[in-house]
Amino acid sequence: MSTAAVTDKRPSTLRAASLPKWTPWAIAAGSLALGIGISLAAGLHSRIQWGLIAAVLFVLGTFGVAARVEGRRQAKDRVATSLVWVAFLLAVIPLVSLIWVTVARGVKVLDLYFLTHSMGVVADTEPGGGIYHAIIGSLEQVGLATVIGAPIGVLTAIYLVEYGRGRLAKAVTFFVDVMTGIPSIVAGLFILSLMLIFKMQPFGFAGSLALAILMMPVVVRSTEEMLKLVPNELREASLALGVPKWRTILKVVLPTSIGGITTGVMLAVARIAGETAPVLLLVFGNPFINNNPFEGAQASLPLYIYQQFANSAGSGAAYDRAWAASLTLIAFVMILNLVARGIARWKAPKTGR
Amino acid sequence: MDISTTTDVPPPASRPTVAERKRAARGATRPGDRIFLGLSRGSGILLLAVMAAIAVFLTYRAALAISKDHGNFLTTFEWNTNILEPKFGIAVLAFGTIVSSVIAMVIAVPVAVAIALFITHYAPRRMSGPVAYVIDLLAAVPSIVYGLWGALVLVPNMNGLFGWLNDFFGWSGVFSWDEGAPRSMLTVGVLLAIMILPIITNVSREVFRQVPQMHEEAALALGATRWEVIRMSVLPFGRSGVISASMLGLGRALGETMAVATVLSPSFDIQASLLNPGGGTFAQNIASKFSEANEFGRDALIASGLVLFVITLLVNGAARLIIARRAEYSGANA
Repeated sequence: MSTAAVTDKRPSTLRAASLPKWTPWAIAAGSLALGIGISLAAGLHSRIQWGLIAAVLFVLGTFGVAARVEGRRQAKDRVATSLVWVAFLLAVIPLVSLIWVTVARGVKVLDLYFLTHSMGVVADTEPGGGIYHAIIGSLEQVGLATVIGAPIGVLTAIYLVEYGRGRLAKAVTFFVDVMTGIPSIVAGLFILSLMLIFKMQPFGFAGSLALAILMMPVVVRSTEEMLKLVPNELREASLALGVPKWRTILKVVLPTSIGGITTGVMLAVARIAGETAPVLLLVFGNPFINNNPFEGAQASLPLYIYQQFANSAGSGAAYDRAWAASLTLIAFVMILNLVARGIARWKAPKTGR
Repeated sequence: MDISTTTDVPPPASRPTVAERKRAARGATRPGDRIFLGLSRGSGILLLAVMAAIAVFLTYRAALAISKDHGNFLTTFEWNTNILEPKFGIAVLAFGTIVSSVIAMVIAVPVAVAIALFITHYAPRRMSGPVAYVIDLLAAVPSIVYGLWGALVLVPNMNGLFGWLNDFFGWSGVFSWDEGAPRSMLTVGVLLAIMILPIITNVSREVFRQVPQMHEEAALALGATRWEVIRMSVLPFGRSGVISASMLGLGRALGETMAVATVLSPSFDIQASLLNPGGGTFAQNIASKFSEANEFGRDALIASGLVLFVITLLVNGAARLIIARRAEYSGANA
């Protein structure tokens, strides 16, 4: 190698020409401006269209520029990269819009009065009223569903991981998987068919049963994963000391994985707290406060949102209440999610040594 | 995870008799063990029993309704259950359910696969965690909130797109639009696509993570670009995983109730155009017809629910079988 090569400032001939790093940003800015320009010129009002035009321009622009400078293969790679980015942005738009709208419209009527009053004497089209009765209903129904669903789910998972062998375990595994996919309305119809046979009127606990059916498979799957993470050495050490298997499970396996199991149960609770369809069929809704889940129709938060929307007759007051209730529900679900994830991180089972 | 063989390991201090050793070898001799095994096996059996009970009771009530149907349950374009000679059929519902789900799949699958690739292969390392979290948040939003958002925010925003589709593709009939409110199958499909995006993304992401590092590195060493690596080693490896992920998403879309019930303005006929309001789905029909239905009407709704149950059972079962064939896909539990 000569020293001339070091001082040579000409571009290397061994590497193909490549675009500078800021190119994608420049093309993105250009196509966004052009997209908005075209949309304004053509008199398009929908923001969705603006975005679509800008995205198409961006992809075409990237391909054109890259094909010219870097060659076709690199151009294809760049187009793939930009398409993947576009897909990601596409997914973020609805989420941002949904959370933005819910918060912006929800805070309008969300206050202490709203949380502590029912719809008892308020017509659906009038302003006023609140969601106290719906919160009570939701808490009772979801609480009862958890009391039924969580232990059965955890025990089933213990059976599958600690005991399960042979045909029964295989069948249970398969049907737990299939059960995860049961539409919530079908679970509701199942309990409804029982209620029709026994000639019962809607009540809160019926909703809890349907919610428990929806909850069990979710709990089983997450608990199973957690139990599988418990190192076998722990079990063997306990069994080697002569501890019976059931005490090993209760005192060694479960405490080791309790963080993950709690997380799984909380995520399942968050999921069933937002279910509307079974509650609509089985609990029916009730504008008055009903503290007894075993008798009489109750309300629940998701059902309240639906009924405010459906019975509003276009009244703004009902929509405001629906948004405020949505905000409450989303806040509840998100807090459950965050706490669950926090517990999972805090109590993650130590795998290996 | 074979623990049963270890239960007979601890040798007692005093020499056990042969009978004692045999009992110890069988494991479940202590009453505590027997009770615990009984409890956990019992819950497993209970789960199976619930599944069986769902099938049995839905079939029973459905049979009651169908036996009194004065129309044809499969082909009648009508849903009148409160009259003396009730007529109801699922043709419109089956059509609407399939159309809306297909639209959702067409939109959601490519986007979800792209997002999964984004998380595993494209995003800067510090970004991929938060992105996965954002997708999980999408999954955590209750369906009724999607429904409210769809009806009050998405529907007004579809006007422009619908007008554009009508202008350029209206001649096809599928995209013709009579300027009604866009509470139609296409809007429902778009909303369903947003809702099933997270599950398809999460399962595909897990599959893409399992691609052997060697395959990718080999392709890179031959000078492949990133896209060529993905096309040659990642996508072929993940194909069956993506298929089963899509079917799981399809199962969700088929059974979604509230989002469809709030967005769609239903009618009991089949629309050629995806843009004009009308049609219906199984779940939406149950939710909106339920409050005015008498006992017989409820049985009829249960009959349509049974059809939905069987369809989702088949779709989900097929998806799980595809996953089970490749046991290493641990992400299948999403």
